[in-house]
Amino acid sequence: MQVRIPSVLHSYTAGARTVTANGATVAALLLDLDARYPGIRFRMVNEANALRPHMRVFVNRESISDLDRSLAPEDEVMILHALSGG
Amino acid sequence: MSEPTTPPGSRAFEPAGDLPPLDPHRHEPLDLEGLTLLVGTKKGVFSLTAAAERSSFRLNGPAFLGHIVQHAIVDPRDRRTLLVALRTGHLGPTVFRSTDFGRSWQEASKPPAFAKPKDDRKSNVVEIVFWLTPGHADEPGVWYAGTSPEGLFRSEDAGDTWYPVAGWNDHPNWIRWTGDMKERNPDGSPIHSILIDPRDARHMYFGTGSAGVFESNDQGANWHLLNTGMLSPTGPDPHPEFGYDPHCMTLHPLAPDLLYQQNHCGIYRMRRSEARWIRIGDNMPREVGDIGFPIALHPREPNTAWVFPMDGTDVWPRTCPGGKPAVYRTRDAGESWTRLDRGFPERAWYTVLRQSMAVDTERSIGVYFGTTNGEVWGSTDEGESWRCLAAHLPHVYSVEVASVVR
Repeated sequence: MQVRIPSVLHSYTAGARTVTANGATVAALLLDLDARYPGIRFRMVNEANALRPHMRVFVNRESISDLDRSLAPEDEVMILHALSGG
Repeated sequence: MSEPTTPPGSRAFEPAGDLPPLDPHRHEPLDLEGLTLLVGTKKGVFSLTAAAERSSFRLNGPAFLGHIVQHAIVDPRDRRTLLVALRTGHLGPTVFRSTDFGRSWQEASKPPAFAKPKDDRKSNVVEIVFWLTPGHADEPGVWYAGTSPEGLFRSEDAGDTWYPVAGWNDHPNWIRWTGDMKERNPDGSPIHSILIDPRDARHMYFGTGSAGVFESNDQGANWHLLNTGMLSPTGPDPHPEFGYDPHCMTLHPLAPDLLYQQNHCGIYRMRRSEARWIRIGDNMPREVGDIGFPIALHPREPNTAWVFPMDGTDVWPRTCPGGKPAVYRTRDAGESWTRLDRGFPERAWYTVLRQSMAVDTERSIGVYFGTTNGEVWGSTDEGESWRCLAAHLPHVYSVEVASVVR
């Protein structure tokens, strides 16, 4: 499926804003992303397997917090990143 | 099609529409060569390369524009491998490496991260990789990293993969020593000043702002406190077992049983034979005080050190006392101090953080520091006179001296 990548992580995807990755759950998708773009997951997900603050994952435009949320091949996944502070 | 919902409490999410093309590698090469200062800042890492016998310094960078660089250091053992500890405001912390003098970078394939707890304790999460220390000369490729919250990590492959030092991270007293997570410092509560005894790779020290100074004699398998003589900044007991705040600690490479620290509560020295910290800051001028962050030692003279005092009165402005910047130097292990301010502006209101003062090893020692208002200052006559080497940089977090061989 297609996954939208925020600009703060484009250094991992060689500048690609949308990439292909697969997984039956969001967690599996993030692991697959990391296999394709090494290091990208740890910048988004900490060692306790929680999304880092200000990082958001949308599935079909719905914000999700449960990384075990199941995915279907036609789902649209967007990873977004809040920008705040100076 | 509806727009994505904005999560509560967040703002300014990146627009979902097309963006202009981005250069995915926002690096200006650092181009390290010879005597070079590495300057870690809130917005990237810069280098200042000395030319013409240190009469001028060429500014390069930034690499990692927009990343918060806490520490950048060249391995003194190979004089080539450069490690940088960084994160962005919200992306997770990591370590990048360069082996071509700052031209290209590789991220650590396993950055410092806490292990999952073996009991029912809550998982710890590394927020900041704060401090990097190259290991012992007999252990090439070994590095240590100190993080916030207080984690200690070791790499044996020149910073590519990092593993928790279980003797500290899983210590049964870890929570007792590190305190309430809700009361951490605004910029985190890190492990800092990781020191390796040049005589023995197994003998180590580090400092924390929550407990004090720790020592290990078995390469981190076991740790004990080394706080006797210090003054505690909080609590009714001025000399508790722990609860001290060493800001920066260092040992002398030629006299490893001589330790110095700039503490939240003064400047201290410990000769291991005396087994207690002595407040040598009591010998500073009363109107200046002995509060500050950094302390740096002369590489060949164990009794010579430099500090940069800050205002630690009333609400603790933590700027130059009286708005008058000055370095103080001792040549007698803290028994007396000399004010060194030739070349500084009459008034300035910056702070010099704990990793932001460093010395070189030239015949006449160069002393350098970076400021929270983005300046780098240097002296090539051991502090007698100063000049601004760079200005208009971001907030400086660290300054390290490298002697790079190409």
